Amino acid sequence: MKWGLSSSKETMRDKILYILAIVGLGLVSWTLYKVWFVLPKQANVAAYQILYFHVPAAFTAFTGFFTALVMSGLYLKTGSLKYDALAAGVTEVAVVFASINLVTGMIWARYAWGIWWTWDARLTSMLTCWLIYAGYLILRRAIDEPTQRAKLSAFLSIFGCVDVAFVYKSIEWFRTQHPSPVLSVRSGGGMGPGMEAPIYWNWLGLACIGVVLIVIRMRQEEVAREIDSLRRMAHAY
Amino acid sequence: MDAREFQFVFAGFCAAWIIVVIYAITLTFRNRRLRKELDRVKKMLEKR
Repeated sequence: MKWGLSSSKETMRDKILYILAIVGLGLVSWTLYKVWFVLPKQANVAAYQILYFHVPAAFTAFTGFFTALVMSGLYLKTGSLKYDALAAGVTEVAVVFASINLVTGMIWARYAWGIWWTWDARLTSMLTCWLIYAGYLILRRAIDEPTQRAKLSAFLSIFGCVDVAFVYKSIEWFRTQHPSPVLSVRSGGGMGPGMEAPIYWNWLGLACIGVVLIVIRMRQEEVAREIDSLRRMAHAY
Repeated sequence: MDAREFQFVFAGFCAAWIIVVIYAITLTFRNRRLRKELDRVKKMLEKR
């Protein structure tokens, strides 16, 4: 990928990306090793190992959606399409991690509850969240005019973040089939000593991989904008 | 961990990685398509 930037800046960026990707994959591999071979078996939770992907994927997705909210707000304030491109890139990657959260959750539910899906508050609000952001991505494809696209997308991103807050709090507000909070930061305390740390390490690993994907996606947005402006120039002749 | 539990945990891990890999492949294809399009538009402008 050799677009836009000067070659030395580009090389530096690439190096940082490679380092981030290696750190991310290293952290995820290390967590997998800990989960399979080091940690004691959590006897009271069935197939609990899935949670080491399910929870960090949700954290990564929510971090992405929150970042998109900030970028959308910045776009509405400044009108700079740079923020719009960043919001779009972050949202797309966050939707990927939200998909991981939903799919791993369904697999866990099939084992633990005997069903793939139930319409309880947590699961339904998370699916709604996924649909809102998938709608965001579809909306962006449907509108050609960049400013209009950016404005509508920004409003949808801000609206979507309300649901993210709802998803986060739903297991406290409703008595759902989904387990109540287990992490100590949410006063859960449902995991044994040393069992929690790998969740955060895996979150960091997935976040590093997410950043790499976002930067690649951002470059694509830059190129798409360059193509748009070149096309306009061609039509102007 | 019994065999059935292992199957589900393994399926969960695989699903997570498959989603990431599919997205990475999508990005690669989109990259290629954009690069081709950029070259095409640049060539079109040069001809004019």
